[in-house]
Amino acid sequence: MELLSLSAVELSAAIKEGKTTAPKAMEAVLSRIDRTEGEYHCYVTIDREGAMDRAVQVQRRIEAGVLSGPLAGVPMAVKDNLCTEGIRTTCASLMLDNFVPAFTAEAVRNLERAGAVLIGKTNMDEFAMGSTTETSYYGPTRNPHDSGHVPGGSSGGSAAAVAAGECFFALGSDTGGSIRQPAGHCGVVGMKPTYGRVSRYGLIAYGSSLDQVGPLTKNVEDCAAVLEAIAAHDPRDSTSVRREDNRFTDALGEDTAGLRIGIPRDYLGEGLDEEVKAAVLRAAEMLGDRGAVLEEFDLGLVQYAIPAYYTIASAEASSNLERFDGIKYGHRAQGVRGLHDMYKKTRSQGFGPEVKRRIMLGAFVLSSGYYDAYYLKALKVKALIKKAFDRAFARYDLLLGPVAPTTAPKLGESLSDPMKMYLGDIYTVSANLAGLPAVCLPCGSGAGGLPIGLQLVGDCFQEKKLLTAAYACEQAAK
Amino acid sequence: MEYETVIGLEVHVELATRTKIFCGCSTAFGGRPNAHTCPVCTGMPGSLPVLNRQVLEYAVSVGLAMNCDITRYCKFDRKNYFYPDNPQNYQISQLYLPICREGYVEIDTSEGRKKIGIHEIHMEEDAGKLIHDPWEDCSLVDYNRSGVPLIEIVTEPDMRSAREVIAFLDKLRLLIQYLGASDCKLQEGSMRVDVNLSLREKGAMAYGTRTEMKNLNSFHAISRAIEGERERQAGLLEKGKTVVQETRRWDDAEGLSHAMRSKEDAQDYRYFPDPDLVPVRISQEYLESLQARQPEFRTEKMARYKKEYDIPDYDIEIITGSKHMADLFEATSALCGQPKKVSNWLMGETLRLLREQEMDPQDIRVSPGHLAALIDLVEKKEINGNVAKTVYEVMFERDVDPRQYVEEQGLKTVKDEGALRRAVEEVMAQNPQSVADYRGGKEKALGFLVGQTMKAMKGKADPASVNKQLRELL
Repeated sequence: MELLSLSAVELSAAIKEGKTTAPKAMEAVLSRIDRTEGEYHCYVTIDREGAMDRAVQVQRRIEAGVLSGPLAGVPMAVKDNLCTEGIRTTCASLMLDNFVPAFTAEAVRNLERAGAVLIGKTNMDEFAMGSTTETSYYGPTRNPHDSGHVPGGSSGGSAAAVAAGECFFALGSDTGGSIRQPAGHCGVVGMKPTYGRVSRYGLIAYGSSLDQVGPLTKNVEDCAAVLEAIAAHDPRDSTSVRREDNRFTDALGEDTAGLRIGIPRDYLGEGLDEEVKAAVLRAAEMLGDRGAVLEEFDLGLVQYAIPAYYTIASAEASSNLERFDGIKYGHRAQGVRGLHDMYKKTRSQGFGPEVKRRIMLGAFVLSSGYYDAYYLKALKVKALIKKAFDRAFARYDLLLGPVAPTTAPKLGESLSDPMKMYLGDIYTVSANLAGLPAVCLPCGSGAGGLPIGLQLVGDCFQEKKLLTAAYACEQAAK
Repeated sequence: MEYETVIGLEVHVELATRTKIFCGCSTAFGGRPNAHTCPVCTGMPGSLPVLNRQVLEYAVSVGLAMNCDITRYCKFDRKNYFYPDNPQNYQISQLYLPICREGYVEIDTSEGRKKIGIHEIHMEEDAGKLIHDPWEDCSLVDYNRSGVPLIEIVTEPDMRSAREVIAFLDKLRLLIQYLGASDCKLQEGSMRVDVNLSLREKGAMAYGTRTEMKNLNSFHAISRAIEGERERQAGLLEKGKTVVQETRRWDDAEGLSHAMRSKEDAQDYRYFPDPDLVPVRISQEYLESLQARQPEFRTEKMARYKKEYDIPDYDIEIITGSKHMADLFEATSALCGQPKKVSNWLMGETLRLLREQEMDPQDIRVSPGHLAALIDLVEKKEINGNVAKTVYEVMFERDVDPRQYVEEQGLKTVKDEGALRRAVEEVMAQNPQSVADYRGGKEKALGFLVGQTMKAMKGKADPASVNKQLRELL
């Protein structure tokens, strides 16, 4: 049996049936890593010994009947901005190069309770700031479909690891598209859940009001299974929500007939590559063939989403990243004179250029005299965008569109032009601003064989509708 | 020129919650450095704050007691500044929507009753403590205090003298102590007062330039600092100089203040709503339930004491001047049924010991059961008054059970009439001169003989019986 071709849910079933074991699955993944990691660089840290130990323990608990869920025994990768007790967590930054957390992020703990087995920590843009995984202190991750291209970002290591078979599924975080866009570029499934659906405890914050942890998986069924494991109220995260509708796997086989799908015209206009547009519309038609009702409409305000997003995310980041000062943990500059010199040198050395750019932008928009003109205005735009979505969801169950204007760019193309990189987030940031769930799944590939991603956006807490439609798309494409 | 002093206060009060404002760590004072810490109050990456509901309850209760409007939709904001005692490099506080606004507290002044406006009360977290080690040339940080809940009470500039300030602070402290929201001890830092002071020409409407005075660790220091700053500013103005808006630090030993930082050095705190904490919505029911649970405050308590207890007004004033003393009075009176005797113990020995040991009434350790037992021992003539005072000193020190203590130390009054008679006879035999004096009409000699007899009985005799026996034999 070719273990690596199995999905997470299939693997877990095979383990339970005794066809294979958790340690054997881990061995298969580690040997794949040995073969391909040199080329793709999906991971910052691979905890080989720990991974094998954990796999052995999980196997025992599976055999004892303690673990029976759909992820028991499945090797997983976790983005390196989610804390893991005893395993260094770097945010792909020199600032946290030596940082070993004292606790594990709640989402990761939930997966471990379900029997998933941690392999290691995946590469990312430094502090999740970037759309290509090139701002990592440890160097870029490469797209497994064409290693001359980026995997997208910031959860590029997670997306590439899933695509390359270097894990069975991964966790990422999405502040402005950081799960969905790399999923699209790597041809895997990625979901940003509704804000509050998954605990942020242990996620090293970038933009706290926008950040959400979510799955990157080989298919839609795995996505539902992982979401089911991580979606839970957490009393340690004040923004986490208590919900009963967490049986996401139930939504997979649901009928799509009569599903009302809106296609924002704003997402199909200027800047969108023709091949991407064609693939997205083909996917829409497949849903139409399965009884969904399609309609193009004007969502509005789309041009304001990027500036509002970068204002709010940077403002929060400038404050969130203040704690990295060389005092308590992480990098500390040597040969300094006094406290302020230490702060300055530590932070100048510890952060890369993209992080510095956003800290400065954020500090500026919050500063006295500019707060009202920038930060407060961005919050008003955020509220208006939410209203625009509310109006749309009064008419449609789901919105459909591309996840990114193009397929994955070449390595090095984006770093020289940050504005262009920022504008690439045009289709994804709105869901974060409005707190909405959104899923990205493959819908074909472009000229160079690079995957194209389809994005579906749902109303708050309507992940089930997203999964129903995504599953139907996936089945239709087979 | 004649100046009017204009004073407003910023008062930080540490709330008496069991746990910190945003995590479950203990607020206990004096633990091993960093013993009461967790990822949240040390600012570890990935940690998140969760509001302690008790903090909100105390803040709202204090606001209600100070006649404030309670903000029904309130938020927390981040105040950003870099300093090692502040592990996140931002303090979670409230700027835009503080929990309480626009209240007042009434004080009694020589010109009658006066309202001191409360501008706002907000909730925030305390910082840790830096310890500088001059020998190793390094600084250490203790985060035990990091995240201890505070409220900051900001008054309007309504006070005109040190006396009014002290009257206000006294009132404020009692309100908060009666609520149980804090012990409000200046020396220990559970209450910290910053004084904003400016002068203006008498009769003028516009305010002068103000300074902010910090490091005021006692009511006495506050009074002296106000006087000192008034004189300093008046001196500047007299010389035609201007007052600089700045923060000053009071040195009580020197009786002087020093400039710390001027307005030009003021940092931009880049306040913005903390996205990790959800807005707090306060329902009508919640507000009503807190209103209903407000305790009896001092004024009502004084009125009730006047009705219920037959003790002097002055005693009532002193006893209700401390919530703890009032509680002790009521509980002991209920146990022994003799409020007057309880009051005597508090007004006499207790106040004396408090003065001697420079203690706050809040720190009286004597428990009601033990004080009631002591009163009972005296009542039943098990011990005499002098012995009782000795025992009380020990009780004041470490709240011993007087019954047990008297037993162990053998302090009971000797009721053996034969033994007493023998002692009296012996004293008379040893002091023939005094006996002769008494018999010769010198009444004073009796006192000496009583004293000698008490001494012979090691203090454990009933003075009335000694007197009686001596008179009989003489």
